[in-house]
Amino acid sequence: MSNEIVTDVVIIGAGPVGLFAVFELGLLDIKCHLIDILDRPGGQCAELYPEKPIYDIPGFPMVTGQGLTDNLMQQIAPFGPEFHFSRMVTKLEKLEDGTFRLETDADEVFLCKVVVVAAGGGSFQPKRPPVEGIEEYENKSVFYAVRKMDDFRDQDVVIVGGGDSALDWTLNLQPIVRSLTLVHRRDAFKAAPASVNKMKELVMEGKINFLLGQIGKLAGKDGQIDHVHITMDSGDTPLPATRLLPFFGLTMKLGPVADWGLELNDNLITVDTEKFESSVPGIFAIGDINHYPGKLKLILSGFHEAALMAQAAKAVVSPGERVVFQYTTSSTKLQKKLGVV
Amino acid sequence: MKILVTDQSGVEHELEGLDGWRTMEVIRDWGLNIKAECGGACSCATCHVYVEDGWFEKLPDPSDDEEDLLYSTLDKKPNSRLSCQILLSEELDGMRVTLAPSAAKDSEAA
Repeated sequence: MSNEIVTDVVIIGAGPVGLFAVFELGLLDIKCHLIDILDRPGGQCAELYPEKPIYDIPGFPMVTGQGLTDNLMQQIAPFGPEFHFSRMVTKLEKLEDGTFRLETDADEVFLCKVVVVAAGGGSFQPKRPPVEGIEEYENKSVFYAVRKMDDFRDQDVVIVGGGDSALDWTLNLQPIVRSLTLVHRRDAFKAAPASVNKMKELVMEGKINFLLGQIGKLAGKDGQIDHVHITMDSGDTPLPATRLLPFFGLTMKLGPVADWGLELNDNLITVDTEKFESSVPGIFAIGDINHYPGKLKLILSGFHEAALMAQAAKAVVSPGERVVFQYTTSSTKLQKKLGVV
Repeated sequence: MKILVTDQSGVEHELEGLDGWRTMEVIRDWGLNIKAECGGACSCATCHVYVEDGWFEKLPDPSDDEEDLLYSTLDKKPNSRLSCQILLSEELDGMRVTLAPSAAKDSEAA
């Protein structure tokens, strides 16, 4: 049975622009649900450059990707947005009554009046490592994420990578596997130092192995690996393995957005510059995912687009209702919504 | 100053470079087929180029982050670099690079 959620607006993408859309819609009394493929808010700011400084956010001489995300989360908290992380919208259809039905890969159904696509460069997907023929093993014995820990119980597991995902799963899976080998191409890790220290302790205690090298070809049949070749300075070694977990980071793919019947321009959603509405009325697109003459892929442009989109979305959510334009500095009504008076 | 960029279909383009710009920015600005998805943060590997011998040696060594990312591509060669990490200067006037297949906008490899 699908879990059905009914709401005014669904925002696809919880990056900075999707988050700020919650604010602009919230001021107009519109309630939002956000869906994102990552496990946390921030989009590219959180995934690609959390520590990198951004210098062109108005009013912030400098803010990091994570800092901007944290501030936005604080700013939109009064509107109680509901987040649905680690899932992808797989289907979007317009129903006969003009409302929308969305499906996610987590078996949820959303029914809403307005859809806001704020999906940036598309959805983040795990990078496929440079190993020939790896496709035939994927989701059988090669996984890019751990969905069920039980799939790894009593297995010979090889984990590849030096970031938090690789280290976290090394620590989490170690107690239940038959054997575990961590492979990384250098003896320096991007993961949290505490995890790295714990991993090194486990190596010292002989509970896991660490190999300095790269994965080469895979051996096995019918999707089940039995050996992973590891290329090291000392040469090529076959390592017995029944499960492989490569963590090579994420890349952005447009994904299902291409299948929703929206007019696209070079994989970007064509919108007007008054409402930022797509070719399908009621579906808006803001931020890096949209295209219009003169478009600049800047976070600040996305914020502007969110504000104008919200006015248009209000007309769809509450048809006929008069919207009085107000400032947060002077309107007691808006200040009440923000919880500051 | 100029750089010479060969695209994925083998066509060479002579591009006007600007001192202090990143090679990736010049290639993107001229509209060649480069994904450059993280915008120059050294966080993806979608601005991957091969730098011609003679020029490759002039570049400062890659950072560990850049090396890690290059190793995540399917088409790494000994002269691979991320073009967002190559800052243009007069010294690189005339540099020749070739866009890697994995830098293409529609690449599955990256």
